Amino acid sequence: MAVEIEVLKSIPYFLGLSTAELEAVKKHVFEQMVEKNDMIIMEGDPANAVYFVVSGAVKVFKTSVEGKEQILCILKPGESFNDIAVFDGGPNPASAIAMTPVLLYGINKSSMEAILREYPNLAANVIRILSKKVRHFVSLVEDLSFRRVTDRLAKLLLEYATDHGPIGEQDTARPRLTQQEMAAVVGTAREVVGRSLKALEEEGAIRMDRHRIVIVNKKRLKQISGVGAGAV
Amino acid sequence: MLVKPILDEALCNGCGLCVDVCRCGALVIVKNIIKIIDVNDCGYCTECELVCPTGAIQCPFEIVVEESIEITFEE
Repeated sequence: MAVEIEVLKSIPYFLGLSTAELEAVKKHVFEQMVEKNDMIIMEGDPANAVYFVVSGAVKVFKTSVEGKEQILCILKPGESFNDIAVFDGGPNPASAIAMTPVLLYGINKSSMEAILREYPNLAANVIRILSKKVRHFVSLVEDLSFRRVTDRLAKLLLEYATDHGPIGEQDTARPRLTQQEMAAVVGTAREVVGRSLKALEEEGAIRMDRHRIVIVNKKRLKQISGVGAGAV
Repeated sequence: MLVKPILDEALCNGCGLCVDVCRCGALVIVKNIIKIIDVNDCGYCTECELVCPTGAIQCPFEIVVEESIEITFEE
């Protein structure tokens, strides 16, 4: 497969460029197919290129020394990654793995710098995209640093828990929440909810039982949530 | 029958990301629309919901306390 102008047009980086300009940019773009579960870039490695997801999904994440993973974002078609490292000259700040078979477009660091000098419209797009990323990461920092997400999630689970009636597959009265809905309720990102549920499970307060979140230690969950005994 | 992810076919754009990410082969695209073909294999990992760009897949959780399950088994 060759790099396609129509695909480039759908990538926010290249919005507003004419077909002739896109033809010129296209000469610098290379294609890369990645198998599911293959690492695309490794945190700490030198940054060689900025990548654009053409098809598939890419997970960008950091791993702690204890092996805990924090998802920074899930990238879908049209979105870019590794641009920060390419522009500031530092190493890759995070790792990226293919969640599915992925088709990527890439532009080498030296080519990207030349393209930015040549096309000021593209530079404006890049500023907009990087600003959006900064906003996303500021929000993530807020969630991870200042907010006690796990505490609020514990409170939410206590509020939504039902402890009466038979558990039936067709029991529509029983409240059910997606992780996205939990994130919306406690004011955080879905990625943080997944991590917080794991934390509560490690604390021995809950057990993930397929489509159920089972509260196995209500007292412990109350302690984490800050809710007083008998309040729920 | 196991509880399965909820699919909204009207929202599905047939992109197939969920099929690609599915660990157990429970999802398939039929005539450009997502379907579940093998519910028993679905481990409810919620990755299909995570990657879906249109919100066509939902994996809601029941929140229950341990005692209620024990009562159910006793009954």
